[in-house]
Amino acid sequence: MKQYLSKRIFSSILAITGLFVMVFFLARLTGDPGHLYLPIDAPLEVRKEFSEKHGFNNPIYIQFGKFLGDLTDGNLGYSLRKERPAIDIVLEAIPVTLSLAAVAMTIALLGAIIIGSLAAYSPNGIFDRISRVVSLTAASAPDFWVAITAILIFSVSLGWLPTSGIGGVPYWIMPIGILVIRPLGLLVQVVRGSMITALSSDFVKTARAKGIKENIVIFKHALRNGLLPVITVAGDQAAAIANGAVIVETIFGWPGIGKLMIDSIMQRDFAVVQASILVTAIVILSINIIIDIAYAVLDPRIRHK
Amino acid sequence: MSDANKSLLKVNNLSVSFDTTEGSFDAVRAVNFDLKKGETLAIIGESGSGKSVTASVIMGILTCPPGRIKSGEVLLNDLDILKLSDSDRRKLMGSKVAIIFQDTLSHLNPVFSVGSQIAECFEVHKNLSKKESWNRAVKLLERVRIPNPSKRAKDFPHQFSGGQRQRVMIAMALALEPDIIIADEPTTALDVTIQAKILELLGELRDERNMGLILITHDLAVAAEISDKVIVLNEGKIVEKGITREVFINPNHTYTKQLMDSIPGKTTKKKKKISKKLFKPILEIKNISKFYDTIACDDVSFNLYPNEVLGIVGESGSGKTTISNLILRLASPSNGKILYHGKNILNFNKKDLLNFRRKVQVVFQDPYASLNPTMNIYDIISEPWVIHSDFLDKKLYKSKVSDLLISVGLHPDDAIKFPHQFSGGQRQRIAIARALALNPEIIICDEAVSALDVSIQAQIIKLLLNLRNKFSLSYIFIAHDLPVVKDLADRVIVMKSGKIIEQGVVDEVFDFPRDKYTKDLLKASPSIENLIS
Repeated sequence: MKQYLSKRIFSSILAITGLFVMVFFLARLTGDPGHLYLPIDAPLEVRKEFSEKHGFNNPIYIQFGKFLGDLTDGNLGYSLRKERPAIDIVLEAIPVTLSLAAVAMTIALLGAIIIGSLAAYSPNGIFDRISRVVSLTAASAPDFWVAITAILIFSVSLGWLPTSGIGGVPYWIMPIGILVIRPLGLLVQVVRGSMITALSSDFVKTARAKGIKENIVIFKHALRNGLLPVITVAGDQAAAIANGAVIVETIFGWPGIGKLMIDSIMQRDFAVVQASILVTAIVILSINIIIDIAYAVLDPRIRHK
Repeated sequence: MSDANKSLLKVNNLSVSFDTTEGSFDAVRAVNFDLKKGETLAIIGESGSGKSVTASVIMGILTCPPGRIKSGEVLLNDLDILKLSDSDRRKLMGSKVAIIFQDTLSHLNPVFSVGSQIAECFEVHKNLSKKESWNRAVKLLERVRIPNPSKRAKDFPHQFSGGQRQRVMIAMALALEPDIIIADEPTTALDVTIQAKILELLGELRDERNMGLILITHDLAVAAEISDKVIVLNEGKIVEKGITREVFINPNHTYTKQLMDSIPGKTTKKKKKISKKLFKPILEIKNISKFYDTIACDDVSFNLYPNEVLGIVGESGSGKTTISNLILRLASPSNGKILYHGKNILNFNKKDLLNFRRKVQVVFQDPYASLNPTMNIYDIISEPWVIHSDFLDKKLYKSKVSDLLISVGLHPDDAIKFPHQFSGGQRQRIAIARALALNPEIIICDEAVSALDVSIQAQIIKLLLNLRNKFSLSYIFIAHDLPVVKDLADRVIVMKSGKIIEQGVVDEVFDFPRDKYTKDLLKASPSIENLIS
């Protein structure tokens, strides 16, 4: 297991390095930042001076070399727009996104486990049928539409919730609600499927023959076995949210990593783009390693491989 | 009535049916029996006879629907458990009556340690603390002779061998000292020496605690070894009941007689004597060894002669299947030679190998897994000709498939059906037809009858013998079941830990074994002879 994990961590580092190289070159394909940062009628000398100051006039391999050199000092460059270290800006944004993702995924996972298990307990029963329709609808709902409709109803018409911004609990309700819908719908279906298999397993028969109560049979004996596929899908969903809940952050004006990334790409703020991608990649790879560990914790057969 | 004669369990007029989309069918029909303290009742029947359904009803784990209890009573100490509420019944399950299942790998929860699964019984029924429950679980593991129990209790089911897992299952059933233990095919998946030990343990525990034991089995010899009385079930009905010895000596019902006749190992007919001087061997295995992480096969040599049935017996891990894989060239030996008509198959080029594979075919153990469920029978049987395209003209496929189906006792119309439409025995016939498709010289049967009911097993053995004469085949018949080998094979090889420890003509080896291990194997193999003679 230890060997497996260290292998995973090593290959993750390789992946991040590759990704980083790609991002550096691809970002520079979007054009000269000078065009965006200087007035449209700026004289040639000013443009030249701007390029020289930020090193954009150097050949790309020299820019890359400097970038690597800075990187070894832990320096991810300066934001052109905000004139602050890029990493500081990113580290301000990532907790916002991560807290959104954590709260949303916890709610989605717990909800899905309860709803999915109950649906699986009597397949094709009335609860199962209702939950199937609702979860399918939820899994296929377009979030931008739901978000705007929700603002229209709860903020504009009813005036119950603020339209956007960050603050106390009322500010969290709509963004979290929107983020939960899709993973919840998807996870209910995954939990249902794997719990139907788990509940028809032989070891569930053994548990019942021991005279164990049904709730323990479901939520201890079957669930522990049914969780493995759920963890995989949940991890995937969590990574997608951590990657920037772009739509939700934009609509509700949350200063998270998704919004930051979009803004800095638009502004050709290369250093910020690079820093945010690096941090996001580390987060996503960590989520994957956490899933691997969760697998091993849940299933001793994996642990002993 | 004295206490000793009181029935622990009485099943009266029990009928169970299953409601399916194709209508309802009766799985158990008006079954009556009773069980007293210290007594062992064997319920004998083949697959689908309703024996496990009966056990599920007693344990309250019958899935309803599709199952439905139509009528009857199950009296546990004069209390009808079918009339109890779920929570009242749950209090009896595990504490008054407990069950041991067959496939222990799937019946033990893979993600909890065996100790915690046993301890759970005490936590649920006796409200004991975690620590106290755990200590009791360790004691139980010690009682069923798991070595080093305090350490092993922390291990998970997959870390135990099949026999040890069955001991864990028995420990779990014993936990609350039930009055009755139901053992549902407790030894079917186990090697014969392990089987003997498990049966011995069950008998010992029954006597020690004066429990009632219900043994559900398809194996008449196992029933003969341990039970006091038997009931024989066929299609959900009791066709015969009585004292074990009397039923076996003097069966009344035709079905019981038929079962008795199917028991392998009773044939006394003359075996073919293969004169080694007259025939050259088809296959010569010379000093082959195969090393994986362990030694799977160690310096093994033997010959196979034309039209001969060579049995290879041994317990799991003895290297039987490794030899089959080496001959089939599914694996390459680490050392040694395999000569086919004098030529070393290990030096064969692609073309030679293809020709060789045409001549050596295989029939596997599990007819449910060895036939592709998405192909119909025609496609399954004709596939070898598609691979060996020069063997047969495409126009002749249809008539040849019909011929093959007829020779294995099926109907030509079966060609358009799919595997799931056949029973286990029929599927094995299809697998044999497929093996015959390329006119092979050798068929390797790797536990080819182990998964079948005894009456079906007898039919398949008969078929294999007929086909041998018709197509002049040689068989390598790999089995762990000694009586079956005795019926079928001319010569036998006994293997243990990758080595051949004894080989010779079947009757000599079985009647006058020289090696101690062979003697142990034969002694462990249950038989009804001891009971009736």
